Amino acid sequence: MSSQMNANVVDQIYRNQSRQVFATLVRLLGDFDLAEEVMHEAFAAAIQKWPEQGTPANPVAWLVSTARFKAVDNIRRRRRLSDLQPELARRVSEIEEANDSIAEQDIKDDRLRLIFTCCHPAIDPQVQVPLTLREVCGLTTEEIARAFLVPPSTLAQRIVRGKSKIRNAKIPFSIPSLADLPERLDSVLSVIYLVFNEGYSASSGDSLTRVDLSDEAIRLARLLMDLLPQPEVAGLLALMLLHESRRTARTDSQGDIVLLEDQDRRLWDQTLIAEGKDLIERSLLTRRIGVYTIQAAISAVHADAKSANETDWEQIVALYDVLLKAAPSPIVKLNRAVAVAMRDGVEVGLAIIDELMERGQITDYHLAHSARGELLRRLGRTDDALQSFEQALSLAKLQPERRFLRKKLDALRANL
Amino acid sequence: MKYMLLIYGNEDCWTEDERKECMLESMKISNELQQEGKLISSDPLYSITTATSVRVREGNRQITDGPFAETSEQLGGYYLIDVENLDEAIAIASRLPPAKLGTVEIRPVFPKPELLDTATERKASV
Repeated sequence: MSSQMNANVVDQIYRNQSRQVFATLVRLLGDFDLAEEVMHEAFAAAIQKWPEQGTPANPVAWLVSTARFKAVDNIRRRRRLSDLQPELARRVSEIEEANDSIAEQDIKDDRLRLIFTCCHPAIDPQVQVPLTLREVCGLTTEEIARAFLVPPSTLAQRIVRGKSKIRNAKIPFSIPSLADLPERLDSVLSVIYLVFNEGYSASSGDSLTRVDLSDEAIRLARLLMDLLPQPEVAGLLALMLLHESRRTARTDSQGDIVLLEDQDRRLWDQTLIAEGKDLIERSLLTRRIGVYTIQAAISAVHADAKSANETDWEQIVALYDVLLKAAPSPIVKLNRAVAVAMRDGVEVGLAIIDELMERGQITDYHLAHSARGELLRRLGRTDDALQSFEQALSLAKLQPERRFLRKKLDALRANL
Repeated sequence: MKYMLLIYGNEDCWTEDERKECMLESMKISNELQQEGKLISSDPLYSITTATSVRVREGNRQITDGPFAETSEQLGGYYLIDVENLDEAIAIASRLPPAKLGTVEIRPVFPKPELLDTATERKASV
């Protein structure tokens, strides 16, 4: 094999399977930094040795075993610095004892262990997200920093903090017990959804969406679905796919927001919609559904409708009622009110929003004022609508949302 | 792996009966942990009204009446346990009665041999 061809093979395995190799090494070595270091040494060895010996039948196993020997060397070398390290000596013998035959299922489960470890609830959520992107997805610190508009040094510190918490507090590298699974899975799903939302509707900056993070979140959910096909995993993946299906339709050529009701539905990606709906059906069949599946189901009802008016609002309101029972929140109540306005008439929906406002639960939420403004506009109460949109503008932080609200205000003033 | 479970709670929010109940339940858990070989030691502490704080500044010793800081929740006891990992420590902490009214803070204990390692490594890298 020519060295160029070999470099390509190694390159491809690096891209597709290096995080798998890394995850297994974390289990065997119990040390993130050492695992990362010896994994790179093993790939360097592959570039040298595979042209002479041929590509091994099981490249992942070869890489893991080579890295394991490098780790033993590495620890022995460190050991010479001081003979006061019984901890390291113990680890060397453990690694040496670890069986050479590495079961396929074990290797597969190592990525799941890595996900659960990085998303452990004992780790600060601000740290869980970059730690998962770095260790599970293999994004570089610079890439993550750019995506979240955070200085790389700040992000690097967070990752170091996460790794030292795992090491010093001894967060186990394991798949949680059945009793702990729901709580622990929640934590994983919320990390994935946070990553997706940051890519779909960035919390700061000029542009509304950042594609890379959404793609990464979907990839991560697919991986999780492959490893742990729980109903809520399917629900979250479906929800993200359905959101993603509308990506091109939700902004115009200037990057401004286009509301769901005004979107050109021919732009919706039918392949993603079909995949999402299929996942929802599978999740519903289990009868153990949760908030992600319900939200996905709401999104799927929209996906089925040819226009906003032809939407099955009856079903959407019913799904919001289920969602309210599962996870009551003022924002869900607001969304339900908007659906009620479509089903029963604008006044009915407006009355619910006004009641929520009176209780003071959503007064700081810009979308509540914007929704109220829209209903008032439809009733022809232009002055009141203007006031609501101005209130929304004073609370909105994102540039695309501010541009959207300014446009609404201009259009209303032109009609006065 | 050793963990210190620090029991924080508002001393004033317990009735006499609740305190007794909590004490009995805690002793039961302690006995269980002892039998499983997971308990190193555990004790309740007297109220913060009995606390004394000592500070030495520039060679001068200051002794004051009271805890190191006035907080709404006070340290009221501790468990020193030896278990496999953080998940096991969390499982034990969640069973302790004060977890329902106050907070159980879990702190991994810094192992002494590594303490020496860090010191020698630092010397080596200088």
